[in-house]
Parts: sequence; structure tokens; C-alpha cells
Amino acid sequence: MKILVPVKRVIDYNVKPRVKADGTGVDLANVKMSMNPFDEIAVEEAIRLREKGAATEIVAISIGVAKAQETLRTALAMGADRAILIQTDDEVEPLGVAKLLAKVVEEEQPGLIILGKQAIDDDSNQTGQMLAALLGRPQGTFASKVEVEGDSVSVTREVDGGLETVKLSLPAIITTDLRLNEPRYASLPNIMKAKSKPLAQKTPADYGVDIAPRLETLKVVEPPKRSAGIKVADVDELVAKLKAMGVAA
Amino acid sequence: MKTLVWVEHENGHLKDATLAVVTAASKLGEVHLIVAGEGVGAVADAAARIAGVQKVHVADDAAYAHALAENVAPLIVDLMGHHDAFLAPATSHGKNIAPRVAALLDVMQISDILSVESEDTFTRPTYAGNAIATVKSKDAKKVITVRGTAFEKAATEGGSGTIEAVAATGDAGTSSFVGAEIVKLERPELTSAKIIVSGGRALKDGPTFEATIYPLADKLGAAVGASRAAVDAGYVPNDYQVGQTGKIVAPEVYVAVGISGAIQHLAGMKDSKTIVAINKDEDAPIFQVADIGLVGDLFKIVPELTEKL
Repeated sequence: MKILVPVKRVIDYNVKPRVKADGTGVDLANVKMSMNPFDEIAVEEAIRLREKGAATEIVAISIGVAKAQETLRTALAMGADRAILIQTDDEVEPLGVAKLLAKVVEEEQPGLIILGKQAIDDDSNQTGQMLAALLGRPQGTFASKVEVEGDSVSVTREVDGGLETVKLSLPAIITTDLRLNEPRYASLPNIMKAKSKPLAQKTPADYGVDIAPRLETLKVVEPPKRSAGIKVADVDELVAKLKAMGVAA
Repeated sequence: MKTLVWVEHENGHLKDATLAVVTAASKLGEVHLIVAGEGVGAVADAAARIAGVQKVHVADDAAYAHALAENVAPLIVDLMGHHDAFLAPATSHGKNIAPRVAALLDVMQISDILSVESEDTFTRPTYAGNAIATVKSKDAKKVITVRGTAFEKAATEGGSGTIEAVAATGDAGTSSFVGAEIVKLERPELTSAKIIVSGGRALKDGPTFEATIYPLADKLGAAVGASRAAVDAGYVPNDYQVGQTGKIVAPEVYVAVGISGAIQHLAGMKDSKTIVAINKDEDAPIFQVADIGLVGDLFKIVPELTEKL
């Protein structure tokens, strides 16, 4: 079985994003970029499934600027077999991404598609579900455990009250939650080897998909700042404050 | 505009998450609800009494018993033939279902809205809440998830919606529910609690977390939350997690104990009305957002605080 893993190049999760003064967006010039953390978990899970013999080939795919190649090389260094970059300088929304991925799925016929549950830049949490809808396939979102059993996959999902397990017929779409696994680091020899693994270059036009944005961003602002607080000296003062707020009797 | 709101329910009870969505939907126009599930008569009755609700569509069928997205999405798509917007709470159910509906309708979903600016314009958080975007949808139909803490809850009484049965769309046959492990909570639910006491990595281990945090929470009638570090270390189950990847909360009072305040955690709680921080590191980022801070050893402070309250 082939596994397709879509990965996204995003601002590094440790960086505090700065909103541009003109309100057009977040300043990404000279900011450290990395693979979306949920996507690292997706790559790791694909590799583990291959190590268990449940998968034969792992194809990583990214949609975005030329530099997204670096993100794909990271996936290759972790253990993906080959990569596809659909290069575009335009911002592609989850719906557009899902449509492009659906075309790639038609070509590649993977048995599983593993995505991160959300990208930490737009925080949409949509692409996996949208792809599943477009393909008419089942979805196992927010997965914390994945087990392939013949022609189906059992997925334990993190839901609000706890955990829930669903069984999906293959091919299926899975989106990863943080606790699914701990992604491995790419070793130096593997980073070197990844440089010679195949990376196919495509454009959205190759797939004939309309990816024009449906949402127009009118402005982006910083969230309201909290006013400066006070520090209390001891527990008695804290208790007095809480009582004054009516929190404690 | 006619809106359709997803009703979240469990064990025959309507969940609070729905009430905030009704408020958001009422800003767009006529409010209709969809109750899907098996044996949901009581939920439909309760839904019809929510203030502002005009109609409740009820789909009672075994195929909807566990709200599997594969079965529920076609049902909603059918109803969207005569509705202009679909709204769901940004809960694990809502986030699972709504994007599937959006793609089937060929529209872009607007995730986790904080406000309704007009019929087609909304604000939403991005970058872990560090940037608030105002977005305008060009789609004819809107699919929206709503951040529950950003809207007042609609009153549970006072409405008189009409109840209408909807024909089931059947079982897609591609997925099935196997089982659930639901964490039993003796305390208030995190997302609707007025007071939350949250613990971080500094709590050392599960028993210490329990012995330190729970008595304070019980004294305050508070829900218990945790940082990702505390969850990953196994002190508490993962549904206690507050943050970008966990639950988003906005209680009256949020007490952060031994939590440094990483941006991913702040994304989940910085809209709390009052933030109280107890931390031994006076340079911890949590003090930059805390209204009341106390620097010191939590193992001395928390028991003393619990006793003096």
C-alpha cells in the first residue's frame, strides 16, 4: 500500500508572529520556517506503518513556494521515498489544496492519506476533511492511534470528552493529533541521502484545478492587548483579591 | 438569510456548545437547527425551546447515532438546498463535520469565528491567536464554525420552534463506530466552567498534580485544566489540555499554576476575564498576561491558598 503525506511549510512554531503595521498580514520576511508540527507526525506515522509492513511506499507532497522543497527534503530525510512539489506563489486555501490533492490521489492511488489535523499558521483544520469529501472516502480525524487491519484501518480519535475509535474502509484519510507519535529527527547521513531522492516539480495548471481564493482577507490585526497586571506579595493578598472579585466567599 | 445550526448532544442532552452558535446564527438571520442521531426526541424538544429558534429539523436514524461525518455530511448538504449558511460549534464534532460539508458544497469554510461583522464578513484567529483576520466570503453559501467562548449563550427557554422530521440519507457504509472511552468528570466541564485551575509541568507527577490542584479547584468550584507539558508527561488525560491544540477556554477566572505560558498555551486561555498566575520564575511569560501574579513555590502557595479560601 502506498501512503501519501501532504506537508506544509509554515512559520516555525517557536517564533512569535508579528502582525504587519499596514494590517495586510503577518510578517514572514526573514522568519524561520519549518514543517508544520502536525505534518511531521503524519510523516512519522507513515514511516512506522512501513516499518510494520503495512505500507510499501511513502510519497510526500507540498503545495507552495519553491522553498517548500526544503520541507519536502526534510520529509525525505525522515524516510519518505519520493516527493512532489506543486509550486505556486499564490496562497492556496484548504479547499484549493484539497482539490489539488484529490487530483494527485487519482494519479497515485494511495491506500492511505495522512495529513496533520491543522496548520499552525491559518489554524483552519479543514484540508483532510475536505479531501475526504471530494474523494467520497472515510475520514479519521484527530488520530492518536492508527492500526491497519487488512482492507480497513482502525483509528482512535481525540474527541472533547476523551477518545473514540472508528473503523474506516480503505482507502481512507487520516489527520494526526499531537499524541499520535513522537517524530524522529533526520540523521545527517539520511539528510545527505534525501538530496538524491526524486522530487517531481508540478504547477497547479498541470492539474486544471481552479484554486482562486474564496475568502478575501480584509485586514489582519493584533489581538487586543491585556492591560498590565499586578503582582501580589503573599497568599493573604491573593485571597483578598479573589474575595474582592467575588470568586471566594 | 436562513441559517442551519448543528446541535451537539450526548446521552439525550443538548450540549452547551450549541447555545453560543445559535447566538452567532441569529446575527445572520432566521435560525433553524438540525438534530441528528438515534432516539433524539428529547433533544429536539429541548432544541425547539432555545430562544430565537424558528425550526428544528430532526433526523432520527441509527446511521447518525455517533455523528460519523461520512453519514451526517450528506444529510446537511441536502438541507443546505434551502438554507444559506451552516454553522457548527468549533468542537471536535463540529470541526470534523463542517469542512466535509463545505467541500461537498464547493465552498471554503470559515473556521472558529470570533465575531459576525456582516452577512459575509467575519473575524477569526490565526497563528495561535496572535493575529486576528477579518475575512469576507465570496461563496454563495457559508459554512462556519463558531468559537463558543466568543458569543453569549442563547437562553435555553423562551423559544417555540416547530419540529420537522427529515428523511434519512442512509449509511455511507465506509466507516463505523467501534467504541469510546469517555473521561468521567466530577468537576465542571472545562469549556463552560466559570473558574478554571490549570497545572503545568512543575506539578511533577500525576499524584502530585491531583493532591495539589484538585483541592484548590474543588474549593473554588472550578474545572481542572492542564498545559500540554503536563498532559504529555501523563499527569492528566489529554482532554484536560488547554491551548492551540487542546481546548479554547475563556472563564471568568483562570488560575495558572506552574505554567510558564508558551504561546500555544496562551492561545487557549488568554481571553479569560482574569488570569491569576502562580510561578516560581518571575520572568515566566505567563506574568505578561496575568492580572494577578504571585511569585513563589507552588507547593507552599497552593496548599496555603486552598486553606485560606
